[in-house]
Amino acid sequence: MDSQTVSQALAGGALIGLAATLLLLGTGRIAGVSGIARGLIIFRRSDYAWRLAFVVGLVAGGYAFYLLRPEAFEIGINRPLWAYAFAGLMVGFGSALAHGCTSGHGVCGVSRLSARSLLATALFIVSGMLTVWALGG
Amino acid sequence: MRNQIVIAFVVGLIFSLGLAVSGMTRPQNIIAFLDVQHWSPALALVMAGAVTVFSIGMRLALRRSQPITGGRFEFPGRREIDLRLVAGAVMFGVGWGVGGFCPGPALASLAVGNSEVIVFVATMFAGMIACQKLVSD
Repeated sequence: MDSQTVSQALAGGALIGLAATLLLLGTGRIAGVSGIARGLIIFRRSDYAWRLAFVVGLVAGGYAFYLLRPEAFEIGINRPLWAYAFAGLMVGFGSALAHGCTSGHGVCGVSRLSARSLLATALFIVSGMLTVWALGG
Repeated sequence: MRNQIVIAFVVGLIFSLGLAVSGMTRPQNIIAFLDVQHWSPALALVMAGAVTVFSIGMRLALRRSQPITGGRFEFPGRREIDLRLVAGAVMFGVGWGVGGFCPGPALASLAVGNSEVIVFVATMFAGMIACQKLVSD
């Protein structure tokens, strides 16, 4: 890894941590993207507005960055479209079952030293590694 | 309420910036982290940066009696480690290893218009709905 990759990884991670801090400080909520998105579909009306605003910000911010640096959004791997359909189903169902994803468990839960989150994160990674290994990389 | 919406939107923007800067919006980088044979530790640095900042930020935020917009700090109350958590995390890992996306980066990439992302996000929401319907909370 070159020093640019290292500094970008750390800086990007710090921004994610900052975003999560601001959400907690501002609204008292945990920045778990799967939970926020899931709340949107299940129509929890009282909760809806800030969740929608977060997702809109996520989509808008990503697009704005794309206009500056399109290479940041290159897929770079070769999988058929149906593989993405399968992947999405697994990520959606799995994050709903586990009540969290890499931001909810991996960042926020780990920071709280939650046993559930530490285990979930370890399992995400091990399961992901086994999957990539089985697919041949 | 309106302040919550503004804060959530800005948080979404910063979050997507963090994801893009860190390289996490490129599935290739996720797969490289999950590839034990040709391992790239970049994602570990992203998580380290995020956890470090959120660990500090969370503790600072919790010195307050309330979030800035009022209400309460809402942390997940679940403590138990059960089959549901384990199964969910494993499923999530499989999806993550196949597609190289999780909810945050996928949503941040949505407006770019790649069909892989659109398909992933659609089936991700389908998976969340399916879990809600099939598994009691």
